[in-house]
Amino acid sequence: MKKSRLPFATLLLVLVFFYLPIGFLVLNSFNNSRYASKWNGFSTRWYERLTERDDLVAALGNSLKIATGASLASMVLGTAAAFALRHRASKLQDAHRLLVAVPLVLPDILMGMSLLLLFISFGLKLSLFTITLAHITFCLSYVALVVQARLQDFDFNAVEAARDLGATKLQAFVKVTLPLLAPGILAGGLLAFTLSIDDYVITYFVKGPGSDTLPTLVYAMIKKSKDLPVINALSSIMLLVTFAVVAVSQRLTRPTPSSI
Amino acid sequence: MASYLRFENVTRRFGSFTAVDDVNIDIQQGETFSLLGPSGCGKTTLLRMAAGFDKPDAGRILLDGKDITPLPPDKRPVNTVFQSYALFPHLSVRDNIAFGPKIAKWPQDAITRGVDEMLDLIDLKAHAGKKPAQLSGGMKQRVAIARALVNKPKVLLLDEPLAALDLKLRQRLLVELDAIHDEVGITFIYVTHDQGEAMSISDRIAVMNKGTIEQVGPPAEIYEAPRSSFVAAFIGDTNFLDGRVTEAIDPRFSRCEVNGFGSIVIDNDKPVTPGDRVHLSLRPEKLLVSREQPSSSDLENAIAGKVEDVIYFGSHTRYWVRCGEWRLCAEMQHRKYQLDEQSPKWGDTVWLRWHANDGFLLEQYRAEDEGLLTLPDEDS
Repeated sequence: MKKSRLPFATLLLVLVFFYLPIGFLVLNSFNNSRYASKWNGFSTRWYERLTERDDLVAALGNSLKIATGASLASMVLGTAAAFALRHRASKLQDAHRLLVAVPLVLPDILMGMSLLLLFISFGLKLSLFTITLAHITFCLSYVALVVQARLQDFDFNAVEAARDLGATKLQAFVKVTLPLLAPGILAGGLLAFTLSIDDYVITYFVKGPGSDTLPTLVYAMIKKSKDLPVINALSSIMLLVTFAVVAVSQRLTRPTPSSI
Repeated sequence: MASYLRFENVTRRFGSFTAVDDVNIDIQQGETFSLLGPSGCGKTTLLRMAAGFDKPDAGRILLDGKDITPLPPDKRPVNTVFQSYALFPHLSVRDNIAFGPKIAKWPQDAITRGVDEMLDLIDLKAHAGKKPAQLSGGMKQRVAIARALVNKPKVLLLDEPLAALDLKLRQRLLVELDAIHDEVGITFIYVTHDQGEAMSISDRIAVMNKGTIEQVGPPAEIYEAPRSSFVAAFIGDTNFLDGRVTEAIDPRFSRCEVNGFGSIVIDNDKPVTPGDRVHLSLRPEKLLVSREQPSSSDLENAIAGKVEDVIYFGSHTRYWVRCGEWRLCAEMQHRKYQLDEQSPKWGDTVWLRWHANDGFLLEQYRAEDEGLLTLPDEDS
């Protein structure tokens, strides 16, 4: 039988659909011309210009700080939530599960608004700290989701075995539970990191003056299109980083070979 | 004999279900003691309470004279071999075995020596650096045994350790396990639902049913002299006959009337008086099948019947013989070249013969236990 070409054609179409705009952006980051409409020869001038923009570097620093803080905190809280959700018995647990899952689909604008109201009514000064808190709230759910999936086929006998071999509850957790769950927790953390890095809507609500993150600054820059190609260069670099992060997280979540 | 591990009036309930009901067991130092019973009989719960994963609702557990009931698993000088192996997948074979000694903070050279000793014992030195995922099922189980034994526990608890392996491997590991037991001399408590495993490895067996102990004894005693219909039917195959005692022949033997059989002679395994209703367990291999009427003697029973089913097993043949309202199972070993024998065929009239000594009077009979003889084996 002749192999159908349809799957291959579909795959190609999907890839073109996804990556044509991105490819166009990367191409344009090397365009000597200021305008995307015409190719004016290869140049790295926008990358050079990027290093001169202190505000962009500062915003990138902010974004990295927030993403690191938010992903670390949500790794701890999300793992704790996943453990709490492990028992499937009561109605209370069903409610708990729902409450942890809802932020995954909650409109950002709603979360942004409610967080802003909360921070104001608590008298918190809007800053990098409030942005980090806001990011933790939605990152937590993603980590909980990933760790929960890992827990589903987790062999709790191994934990009992550790206790049987003389380990205290804490030792069993540190020496067995944590190492076994680490890939899941890390993958959840990486997911949280990428979500935090490019969040715009929620950040926009809870950021204070002068605490711009990369997405909010880029959006502001787009309005004055003078430096648009600089953003292309920046986006290309971020694209590279994202690919690397996703590749690592896929490697971590890959199921281990059961037997050979 | 002083008992080493003792279950004293131990009861464990889960909601309204009583998993273990007022159990008393005394286990001697150095013996291999099996807890044998169908799933749900409470044997694993009993083992988990010995390990410390579960606490009894009533009663206590004593180890070497000391009450260990309130101790958590990590404070008990016992170790467990789990049915699912429960190896640490992120650690190598060597590090799996070294887990206990490291937690106990042995000196480094003692850890190395202890682990090497265990690797020799289980013959896996060449695989010490591998992760559990790279091992076969049998190897994993051997690592699980070594990981428990390296700690020199006072008692080794084995929870259906061979259940996940295929038949040939199971038989081989059983022999290995027996050899390991002889070498280390540690008390083994072996939980299984497989009577063959229990019979071949145990010094003594406790047969459990519905949370209670039906009988405790050496394998041969359990097989030949079952106290209850449950034990008789769970361990091997048997025929149950019930009748009424009509006369005492002498202190050892009585005459008994079985419906549809007429009169048979029974051994007084328990005190009986004329008029008593008795239940007799007759193992299939104790019944001799012949086509000619045997010459009768005082203590021999012989009854005629018709062959209804024949199953050939190679080493032996199993016959189901209809005798009035009874359908009896008899087994014949082929000790001679079988094709020369004139063996009974379907529809033949045959005689079943047994000596009065060869049946056993049950102390306790429950009609429901007959179901164990007809239901197919759960895991076959």
